[in-house]
Amino acid sequence: MQFQKRHIGLLLYIIFLLLPIYWLFNMSIKTNTEILGTMTLFPDNPTLANYATILTDPAWYSGYINSMIYVGINVVISLVVALPAAYAFSRFNFTGDKHLFFWLLTNRMAPPAVFLLPFFQLYSSVGLFDTHIAVALAHCLFNVPLAVWILEGFMSGIPKEIDETAYVDGYSFPRFFTTIFIPLIRSGIGVTAFFCFMFSWVELLLARTLTSVDAKPIVATMTRTVSASGLDWGVLAAAGILTIVPGALVIWFVRNYIAKGFAMGRV
Amino acid sequence: MNKITNNKAWFLVLPVFFIVAISAIIPLMTVVNYSVQDIFDPQTRFFVGTEWFEQVLADRRLHDALVRQIVFTLSVLFIEIPLGIAVALTLPRKGWGVSASMVLLALPLLIPWNVVGTIWQIFGRADIGLGGYVINLMGIDYNYSQNPMDAWVTVLVMDVWHWTSLIVLLCYAGLRSIPDAYYQAAKIDGASRWAIFRFIQLPKMQSVLVIGVLLRFMDSFMIYTEPFVLTGGGPGTATTFLSQFLVTIAVGQFDLGPAAAFSLIYFLIILLVCWVFYTVVMNAGKREEQ
Repeated sequence: MQFQKRHIGLLLYIIFLLLPIYWLFNMSIKTNTEILGTMTLFPDNPTLANYATILTDPAWYSGYINSMIYVGINVVISLVVALPAAYAFSRFNFTGDKHLFFWLLTNRMAPPAVFLLPFFQLYSSVGLFDTHIAVALAHCLFNVPLAVWILEGFMSGIPKEIDETAYVDGYSFPRFFTTIFIPLIRSGIGVTAFFCFMFSWVELLLARTLTSVDAKPIVATMTRTVSASGLDWGVLAAAGILTIVPGALVIWFVRNYIAKGFAMGRV
Repeated sequence: MNKITNNKAWFLVLPVFFIVAISAIIPLMTVVNYSVQDIFDPQTRFFVGTEWFEQVLADRRLHDALVRQIVFTLSVLFIEIPLGIAVALTLPRKGWGVSASMVLLALPLLIPWNVVGTIWQIFGRADIGLGGYVINLMGIDYNYSQNPMDAWVTVLVMDVWHWTSLIVLLCYAGLRSIPDAYYQAAKIDGASRWAIFRFIQLPKMQSVLVIGVLLRFMDSFMIYTEPFVLTGGGPGTATTFLSQFLVTIAVGQFDLGPAAAFSLIYFLIILLVCWVFYTVVMNAGKREEQ
């Protein structure tokens, strides 16, 4: 890759993206006296004390575990139910298919704030309040339609002749689907999992409303701690940095799928 | 692609149908139920018809929040879409730079929304944040928690920071699907940079841009967490958008009836705009194909 003039713009943009994140990181390794006392681009005495606070205090680290659990459940549920549905949408015409597809998309458009109270009452009444499964199911509201949408795009890119050949060769539908079709759309599944992970991981409103103690996600811990214990900027910054880490790791794994996947999926 | 008509396909769709129905239809029915009743306690409730709707529609605070929301969403679209396209055009096509830029660009998308709010809350403060500090050093009196204009700019910059990457990634995917032969042909014809963009790159990005605009419209129209953390809707009500307003009446004041009525109106607005946009663009696409 040789350097060109247009890359200056890109570089500036990336600096714009990274500067606020760097500042958060910078604060997370400072002491509170330094944060409030002086303006320093690099910490004078770097300290890991803020991270130690989070990793040793169950009130903090349990939030990460809870978030991981419900995000994991949500990704699995979304993929399992969306795969056959996306196949149906990409291969068959059936009564009401267009309406159903649009109805699914409308749920992606619904403001979570609208569902706040009904969800709270629904999950309370069936005894699922403050469980991981409740948050995972609630997030299905927007992740399942999204998963169907993305997967349908990938599947439509696979020629139908492959299906027909497989049936002629005597494959049953379940066997064809699991042994031939799913491997063909690996990258599509990767991209879909990435998006489901992303939207479930970053969501705050529903996750906070549906949990109180046992399944409290890290994002809720953060907003509550701000008001409870005054403003411990250092710990807050460290908690923020730790929420970015899993996302950064996941992007690294799907980095080649992102561009390739988008290109195949919807163009 | 010609599809086979087969109603057995419904069996494949059923799991999705059930799981979305549970988390969509039941809650939505509850909302409809609330919107037409006055509820004192579970036993005492009255049917009030359209009273809540009338009350909500006449509420000046709602009008203000709606106007703010529309201005915000339009500004977001007008900044993010061109900026996203521009950045996508500057991305390298091959080499190590591709992976590196992908990872860096996608980073803001993966940050929990409240942490985005926290990042900018810290970054914009004049006493402890680099951004606020530098702006004040330049002699501009900047304070997002007191000055409504500053709060607006901060929320807007935050959203651009947060979401432009989505447009970049989508456009980049569109650009990648253009075969090299197109560019070579353009070169032979002596096409200008603008002509290449207008007649080769833009049409190829059209379908991804539709998705991008739809997603950005929907998400910016429902924005809640980031301004909630950053400004709390203030100063005063300067950055109180629709979701914030809804949560205030539903959870803060516990006015279930008006909140439910408002929810339905809110949902319908988003639905209507998306449907109109989607239909218009799809029809335009069809015309072009013929």
